[in-house]
Amino acid sequence: MADALHQAFDPLATGSRRRQLGARTIVYAILVVFSLVYLSPILIILMNTFRPLDEIVRDGFISFPKSVSLEYWIEAWGSFCIGGTCEGVSRYFTNTILMTVPATVLSTAFGLVNGYILSKWRFRGDGWIFGLITLGVFLPAQMTLLPWAFVLGKLGLSNTIAGLVLVHTVQGISFTTLFCRNYFVSVPDDLIKAARIDGAGFWRIFRRIMLPLSPPILIVCVIWQFTGIWNEFLFGTVFTSGGNQPITAAIVAFSGSGTGERHYNVEAASVIFAALPPLFIYLIGGKYFVRGLTSGAVK
Amino acid sequence: MTSRTRKFGGLTPQLVLLPTIVAALVYVVVFSIWTLWVSVSKSTMLPDMSFSGFGEYAALWKSHRWIVAYQNLFVFGTLYVGGSILLGTLLAILIDQRVKYEAVWRTIFLYPLAISFIVTGTVWRWIFHPQTGLGRALSDFGWIADKVDWITDRDLALYVVVFTGVWHASGFAMALILAGLRSVDADLIKAAQIDGASVPRTYRKVVLPTIWPIFVAVAVVLLQFAIKTFDLVVALTQGGPGVATTVPAIVVFDLMFQRGQIAQGAAAAVMILLALMIVLVPYALLNARRNRKDKRHG
Amino acid sequence: MSSLEISNLRKSYGSVEVLKDINLSAESGEFVALVGPSGCGKSTLLSIIAGLESITSGEVRIEDKLVNDEAPKDRDIAMVFQSYALYPTMTVRENMTFGMECRNVPKTEQAEAIDRVAELLQIGHLLDRKPGQLSGGQRQRVAMGRALVRDPKLFLFDEPLSNLDAKLRIEMRTEIKKLHKNVGKTMVYVTHDQIEAMTLATRIAVMHKGVLQQYDTPNAIYETPANLFVAGFMGSPNMNFLSGRVVSTGGKASVRLDGTGITLPLDGVRCGAPADGQEVILGVRPEHFSPAHEQRAERKGKVSVKVPVAIDMEEPTGAETILMTRIGGHEAIIVCEPDEAPRPGETMEFAIDMAKVSLFDPKSEARL
Repeated sequence: MADALHQAFDPLATGSRRRQLGARTIVYAILVVFSLVYLSPILIILMNTFRPLDEIVRDGFISFPKSVSLEYWIEAWGSFCIGGTCEGVSRYFTNTILMTVPATVLSTAFGLVNGYILSKWRFRGDGWIFGLITLGVFLPAQMTLLPWAFVLGKLGLSNTIAGLVLVHTVQGISFTTLFCRNYFVSVPDDLIKAARIDGAGFWRIFRRIMLPLSPPILIVCVIWQFTGIWNEFLFGTVFTSGGNQPITAAIVAFSGSGTGERHYNVEAASVIFAALPPLFIYLIGGKYFVRGLTSGAVK
Repeated sequence: MTSRTRKFGGLTPQLVLLPTIVAALVYVVVFSIWTLWVSVSKSTMLPDMSFSGFGEYAALWKSHRWIVAYQNLFVFGTLYVGGSILLGTLLAILIDQRVKYEAVWRTIFLYPLAISFIVTGTVWRWIFHPQTGLGRALSDFGWIADKVDWITDRDLALYVVVFTGVWHASGFAMALILAGLRSVDADLIKAAQIDGASVPRTYRKVVLPTIWPIFVAVAVVLLQFAIKTFDLVVALTQGGPGVATTVPAIVVFDLMFQRGQIAQGAAAAVMILLALMIVLVPYALLNARRNRKDKRHG
Repeated sequence: MSSLEISNLRKSYGSVEVLKDINLSAESGEFVALVGPSGCGKSTLLSIIAGLESITSGEVRIEDKLVNDEAPKDRDIAMVFQSYALYPTMTVRENMTFGMECRNVPKTEQAEAIDRVAELLQIGHLLDRKPGQLSGGQRQRVAMGRALVRDPKLFLFDEPLSNLDAKLRIEMRTEIKKLHKNVGKTMVYVTHDQIEAMTLATRIAVMHKGVLQQYDTPNAIYETPANLFVAGFMGSPNMNFLSGRVVSTGGKASVRLDGTGITLPLDGVRCGAPADGQEVILGVRPEHFSPAHEQRAERKGKVSVKVPVAIDMEEPTGAETILMTRIGGHEAIIVCEPDEAPRPGETMEFAIDMAKVSLFDPKSEARL
């Protein structure tokens, strides 16, 4: 049944016009109400980044700004005091970038090659190996905290960004291999066979056939890894401290410290700094985000 | 041509894969065994690899903190998974009504997933702040006279955590369930229409039962998140008040890095692993059996 | 009272008009087939009759009641889908009672209806199974059972046999025909397979690009197609179209095939009076050629015309042999019996039964 203009089915399509209109209004109304609930936290925090402290204390968090100022943003970035140093969040922001970007690049690169191997090359034990790598996705981080602390200490990487990069890369390879392998499985085996008959070797096939086909899964991996690593907290707080921490850990640090007055507006700005990069990526690449969810999670 | 190049690719695939295999072996197997060993060792502040027995497990299960943490996990897990799936299904069904600006709605409900648990917890903690948060705003609007101090209430704090968790994860449930709704054969719905089923009845008896595997998958993934919950609680309540919102992952962190009892901490970590396995292994077996059955029926 | 009446029906999706001014009516007990290539609008028309799609303008009446705005469940119709659309999580019995449940039919009536239909379709032993456990043919019967249980005024079929393999398709085709005879209700059947349409229907509606090309009995459609499209769509192998010009000499009209000296007198051809010099297209079906020496048409009191045919290729199918030929440069397909078939490369004289010939206007594509 392939009529050219077959529209997707609309459950509300037939029946009296008035009943349809009523039903549709209810649907939209509910959606709008929920949207407000979902958006309110970010909006509230955003508003509070512009308000002076006494106004916040006086009127509470959830009220419209009576005066707007950008100074708290600047303070949050460059001069806010967190855990001893008064450099704002810029330092932690940089830390997080230095941690997230290399780990994302490395884990994605390894994932692509591993996924290629495990989907297109047969050898003894390849099923077991894939199972082993996949287990890494499900292993709870708590089982690896002590050993990692030991290993990082022995390698001299305790309390360094490089140490975090190592940890995240190793853990990330499990994810990216899983995603890439499941994606590459759908590349027709006949393409590889034709290439082999043409005389192409292992790396040439990767470069000329798999890589050009990989952008969709590449983007999913990059988005997923970047978001996951940027937002990660446990490893950040366990393996680093003080000035070397990533921004998620830093936020908890200043939230916890009860000494002195809480500069809610500056903290709010800092929180937004912490949330901005993944949020930005989500808004641009949302479609791939969802694809990562549906393909990775439901395997 | 040498015999090696004749066996095409030779050992290149295995060699290239080797670093990953080694890393995975170390990361998955060695580390787990190490932690397991520590849990039955004499370690306290620093690792001491001599065998000590399962005493730490016993101590763990006798500690009030751990028991409450485990109970909290049950309550939290059930409500978190149930709530997210319920809310996610509702949102998915609403969006499935061919509403306009679908991309906008989806973006709004999914963005919490892009935000770290830490930011989520911090933001909602402010909103629930007894003096300056939601309660203040509502009373300013003249809506309630009472104070809203759920987050500092021993009995209610856990539900605040549940609420925040559901806010974060329901978009995920919605995305997967929506994909499932869309995958239902349109003819099924037409047949139900002709049979005279109303829209709610169609969803209840025809559409949702047909996609039950998706619900199971979502539940399994969310359960995993629940068991590993750490960041959210740290940012929202720090585990308090008292132990009202403490969860096993917090106990692990506490024992390992703040109380210098790494053996007991390792034991707690192993318990978390066991809980995960109880959820995942049956699911994996169920899936494997379904795949075999599908292959047979073709 | 006609069972189904469609008047001046138009349907557009946005700015694209998918159905253009359809007029169709079916009497009680008729079997109407909607045939046409993909995209012709037949499935859309069926959806509109069912109430699954809205109407842009025009009327649909079921037993004289205007149903334009009625929901499907209020139109008293039943539908069998191409994919059967059996509810996968329900048993066969539950599948069939679902509609009755929705309408709050008492349980005893439900049980009676199930028994009656199960008996008719021989599916009593399948009642407690789930669709996933049934074979294709069994699912087909359950889908029909679900429709029958409703006892509706109108049965709608949306390409129900397309998912079956060739052999099963022929079996089920016969079952559907038997069903129609037993049940006697009006049926509207969509298919792209013109053989199904020819064998099952009392009347066929041929559609193309949203326009109803011809609505007539299978015989009429086959013997006197209304235009080039219908002529070319119905019948397999396709009708041959030979272009030529009318030559009138002494009151007698003939057609001279373009680029040849072959002239075919138009005695006995059912057509209007074409003008001299008019361009025409001559339509001859492959089976209306016979070896010239047999004089088949003459023996039946009809007229035939001999033409020289050059054989290029043959395709023996066992029951008959299909010949790819050229008649004075025009390509033509001829069907003949295997032992009369000439060899490729040979030339032979064939006679065309002129009573079966159709004449078309090349520009309007209509029958002359």
